[in-house]
Amino acid sequence: MKSKTLQIFLSETGDIGRFTYRFFVEAFKPRYEFSELLRQCFYIGYKSLPLVAITAFIMGLVITIQSRPTLVEFGAEGWLPKMVSVSLVREIAPVITALICAGKIGSGIGAELGSMKVTEQIDAMEVSGTNPFKYLIATRVMATTLMIPILGILADAVSLYGGYLGTNIHGVVSWNLYWNQVFDTLTFGDVVPSILKTFFFGFAIGIIGCYKGYNSNKGTEGVGRSANSAVVISSLLVFILDLLAVQITDLMRLT
Amino acid sequence: MITEAKSIVKAELNSEKIGESIVVKNLYKSFGNNHVLKNFTMHLKTGENLVVLGKSGSGKSVLIKCIIGLIKPDAGSINVLGKSIPDLNNNELDEIRVKIGFLFQSNALYDSMTVRENLEFPLRRHKINLTKKEVEDLVMEALTNVGLAHTVDMRPSELSGGMRKRIALARTLILKPDIILYDEPTTGLDPITAKEISNLMRELAKKYKTSSIIISHDMNCVKAVSDRIIMLIDGVCYSDGTYEQLKQSNDEKIKTFFE
Ligand SMILES: Nc1ncnc2c1ncn2[C@@H]1O[C@H](COP(=O)(O)OP(=O)(O)OP(=O)(O)O)[C@@H](O)[C@H]1O
Ligand SMILES: [Mg+2]
Repeated sequence: MKSKTLQIFLSETGDIGRFTYRFFVEAFKPRYEFSELLRQCFYIGYKSLPLVAITAFIMGLVITIQSRPTLVEFGAEGWLPKMVSVSLVREIAPVITALICAGKIGSGIGAELGSMKVTEQIDAMEVSGTNPFKYLIATRVMATTLMIPILGILADAVSLYGGYLGTNIHGVVSWNLYWNQVFDTLTFGDVVPSILKTFFFGFAIGIIGCYKGYNSNKGTEGVGRSANSAVVISSLLVFILDLLAVQITDLMRLT
Repeated sequence: MITEAKSIVKAELNSEKIGESIVVKNLYKSFGNNHVLKNFTMHLKTGENLVVLGKSGSGKSVLIKCIIGLIKPDAGSINVLGKSIPDLNNNELDEIRVKIGFLFQSNALYDSMTVRENLEFPLRRHKINLTKKEVEDLVMEALTNVGLAHTVDMRPSELSGGMRKRIALARTLILKPDIILYDEPTTGLDPITAKEISNLMRELAKKYKTSSIIISHDMNCVKAVSDRIIMLIDGVCYSDGTYEQLKQSNDEKIKTFFE
């Protein structure tokens, strides 16, 4: 039983690896599907924007409120903007953005491609002079890889704004003072690695959603399963990649 | 078995001549342990309406997907308009697919697009140069042919099953293909519409000299459109003949289809 699960896990990992390899082979050969890429970017960015903004704002606000008592205990209340900005920009904003997108975009791609597969729409594209891998998969993976970092930067900004409101619930910190403190605290080593890792998050979400949808089993049940496992696997991958990214920046002494 | 041997000989004789749109020889295709096509041989003459009859799951859809290059056969040769399909690269396949219309069993209309965009898709994607006006005219002509010009701005989800089938048919015909592969064109249609579709298929064959392979269970349609019928049973071309010939057959396996 156990070895069977392991076998399934390994063969699935191998398949995803091959799928990723095929993406790199096909994505950078002509014919380029620019208009479809733009459409997907717009769609992915626009669809998740409100949700990402709201969650990032709330996270900024509550993290600030929750951190306050500990700092007050040490008489370090003035450090609140510093502390909050580091945790928001380094960890919370990118990971929350990626998780929201794994849920919303990953499942959307999984279900859409899955139903296109079972209703032969992918075959129909192929007989209409279109390479479905380029047209459907490559554009979606590129779009998530490009848009999730943008959403992540936006989430940074909105969560910091939430932090500003949070610091002002009890104490009074002026708008200028808050942002001065934030920008004094944040270094290259805080910002750049955290933006870089969102590219990987975006890529993982796109690849897993597409892989699951494109390899959907026949029937509507298969479509549901594709969407579901796309979310589960890509969320898990986000955490694994995050762990790796933190280890790497730590080793490179970018901390 | 005798008929099988006979048809192999016939295909070999005819493949040299012009006037053969499709020649399939000794085709094998398995999915794991499921041996779907086992030494299957057939040919399609130019201008002919050939019906493929066979039980559900006998491999009819697999056969025509092999012909258009969506499924790679395990062994055997497939020759379409003089080109060997399994040996073509993607660009060459695209070139030949312009000349082949394919009606999918599940219609395969793009849900995210309107009817117009669905019909424009093959026109825009194949490397053919058309002006905006020509595209619009072709779309409207194809829709008028199936009597659904008023649905041009709707989405497939807003249409009934039969309407979707007709839109799919319009999309199949829009490039004015030389060969049309129909996978169950009249399934799910009312008898009147089914008859209209059958008539349309006959007309097209006459007007444009198209050759077609038609997969159908609808015996009215089969009777109306078929010039010749082949029976796909147990992975081989079991029998071959006109509607009248096969109807009078005493073979149990054939008789069940004509009851
Ligand atoms: N992609 C595939 N992978 C695995 N098996 C397949 C695949 N496509 C078809 N099959 C199998 O091949 C067999 C023939 O399928 P096919 O769709 O050609 O049947 P059919 O003759 O068109 O039947 P129907 O009249 O119900 O459409 C079936 O047993 C099916 O399970
Ligand atoms: Mg079928």
